Amino acid sequence: MASITFREVEGSSLKYWLLLGGLGLFVLFGALSWNYMHHHGHVVSGMDNQIVWGLPHVFAVFLIVAASGALNVASIASVFNKPLYKPLAPLSAILALALMLGGLLVLVLDLGRSDRLIVAMTNFNFKSMFTWNVFLYSGFFALVGVYLWTMLDRNVKTYSKTAGTAAFIWRLLLTTGTGSLFGFLVARELYGSAMLAPMFIIMSFAYGLAIYLMVLVAAYAWSGRTLGDAVMMRLKSLLAVFVAAVLYFVVVHHLTNLYFTKYHAVEAFILRDGGIFTTLFWVGQIVIGGVVPLVILLSGLGRQRAWILVACALVILGGVAQMYVTIIGAQAYPLDMFPGLDETSSFFDGEIHAYAPSVPEFFLGLGGVAIALLVTTFAVKVLRLLPASLDDATVAKLEH
Amino acid sequence: MSELKPMSDNTPESAERRRVIGGLAAAAAGLAIAPGIKLIEVAQARPEEQGASSAVRWGMLVDATKCATGCDDCVSACSTENGWTPVAESAKPRQAPQWIRKLELQDPLTQMETNLPMMCQHCAEPPCVDVCPTGASFKRADGIVLVNRHTCIGCRYCMMACPYKARSLVHEPLNDTQKADVPRGVGCVESCSLCVQKVDRGDGTTACAEACSAAGHNAIVFGDLNDPDSEISKRLRELPTKQVRADLKLNTGVRYHGI
Ligand code: SF4
Ligand code: SF4
Repeated sequence: MASITFREVEGSSLKYWLLLGGLGLFVLFGALSWNYMHHHGHVVSGMDNQIVWGLPHVFAVFLIVAASGALNVASIASVFNKPLYKPLAPLSAILALALMLGGLLVLVLDLGRSDRLIVAMTNFNFKSMFTWNVFLYSGFFALVGVYLWTMLDRNVKTYSKTAGTAAFIWRLLLTTGTGSLFGFLVARELYGSAMLAPMFIIMSFAYGLAIYLMVLVAAYAWSGRTLGDAVMMRLKSLLAVFVAAVLYFVVVHHLTNLYFTKYHAVEAFILRDGGIFTTLFWVGQIVIGGVVPLVILLSGLGRQRAWILVACALVILGGVAQMYVTIIGAQAYPLDMFPGLDETSSFFDGEIHAYAPSVPEFFLGLGGVAIALLVTTFAVKVLRLLPASLDDATVAKLEH
Repeated sequence: MSELKPMSDNTPESAERRRVIGGLAAAAAGLAIAPGIKLIEVAQARPEEQGASSAVRWGMLVDATKCATGCDDCVSACSTENGWTPVAESAKPRQAPQWIRKLELQDPLTQMETNLPMMCQHCAEPPCVDVCPTGASFKRADGIVLVNRHTCIGCRYCMMACPYKARSLVHEPLNDTQKADVPRGVGCVESCSLCVQKVDRGDGTTACAEACSAAGHNAIVFGDLNDPDSEISKRLRELPTKQVRADLKLNTGVRYHGI
């Protein structure tokens, strides 16, 4: 196999520092938002006692799901032994770690008592899916960390496949765990389905790869390195397969629900009467996040790099819309304690709950995204994560 | 204190003794309401070795046929007893905590109206306890489901899991509404505690049940479901009752008649 030279990004240009500074600014906004919410309590958020998980959860769960998906490329390289993907693997691993870090930070900083993090690390209830997730997340850091090490250090290179396989299995568990966070909520109509876990896995594939592609292209363009079409086309086709699979799962999920009478009302809410949620579902999740990217990727447009990036951006936007519908839509729909009867109370029973995210919630979420990108930007400067060149000739040699 | 008899001992003498000790402890709690104090233990007002006994299962019978339209005496009594601001007085009603609320039901077909108080159902298989990552949500041996406000991290997972919307997050720092024996705190979740402070004091009733009787409605009966001779057990034997969302099989401690 031809060998590939990995080299750090120079990272001394004005552009690099501007990027770092810009991301840093968003991290700062995120920190200030947390401080503000922590100081005043959640009363300054748009969340209330009906919608208890708001926009920060949308960002956090999206980032965590995407983190697991960002590891795809590395998994394909080592678990399925595809040489073309090998040089792409280190970036995939670091991106996975960075996204996971961003997501977890948002999740943790949105707690009513984020100052009690130590309590969450020392008191465990093993019946709780949340507790399992704490272990799944820490395990993810450890395993992907070791895996990255086996990729970067020649002395331990022989363990790369083992570490990669372990990380691969772990990330499947992790996304199953994240999906099950919702699947285990017996009372919420929208979640009563075993489809959630596999659906979250396939969504993670698509979101993670879309982010990976954008970061890869940006890193190569901004550092003046060559990224050939061979790599782009391969990853583009992969993305198309994932996006199509997501669409398939979403359709099957809703069709299954429609089969059961007890889910008809909540399905009608999401699919037809839910206002913003219906719009976000059809326009955001289905059209912007699924159909349009698929058309771009599968048509002639998909041969142009700019259009591939547009498709990636749309997949990401659609993913955020999907999380919004899944997390907030399910809470907006009232709990049905007395089926067949109309309910009213001073606690807003029986009515659709409105939610308007506040500015701090938005910036807290963006802060998580910024941290993830900041870590990645910094890592490519200090570690040898990126091949010096991925032009078509170099890549072609790999396959022989 | 170890000579004290366990909670399940129902002799009048021990009930009297419990009342005295409870009173002392409540007074001590009044003095000790400083940050850093283990409020939850104080609130229980009982020495630890004399924990809640599983021989008892506290519960409630709500007779919706006696619950008067427009009356919310139980709600205001709960708010006074436990120190949460009534929603009507709150500047942000959607974010205000509610431990108990009056629910009005109407059958769209028959126009039949029912109203009833809704609060934590003190499930025997509580989903809130299952999902709580830190174990802050817990069920006492006597069936009362509580939140330990020292270990609650405010993740609100329990609120997502409760089928009765029984829990509230405290969204803003609390001012002077706190009661000495009912510790509360911003960023933590809380809900109906079956007036655990009263129960442990040996009052044998809750603020809502008391207020309901005082108003002459007698729609709420509180008592020990395990004791065949208690009033609640007798009434439950006679009246047909239902659990709300019985399909979830949570074995609720609050039972309803007339729904
Ligand atoms: S009613 Fe809700 S809060 Fe109360 S025990 Fe059941 S699940 Fe927990
Ligand atoms: S909010 Fe508190 S009581 Fe509820 S699940 Fe989280 S830690 Fe447990």
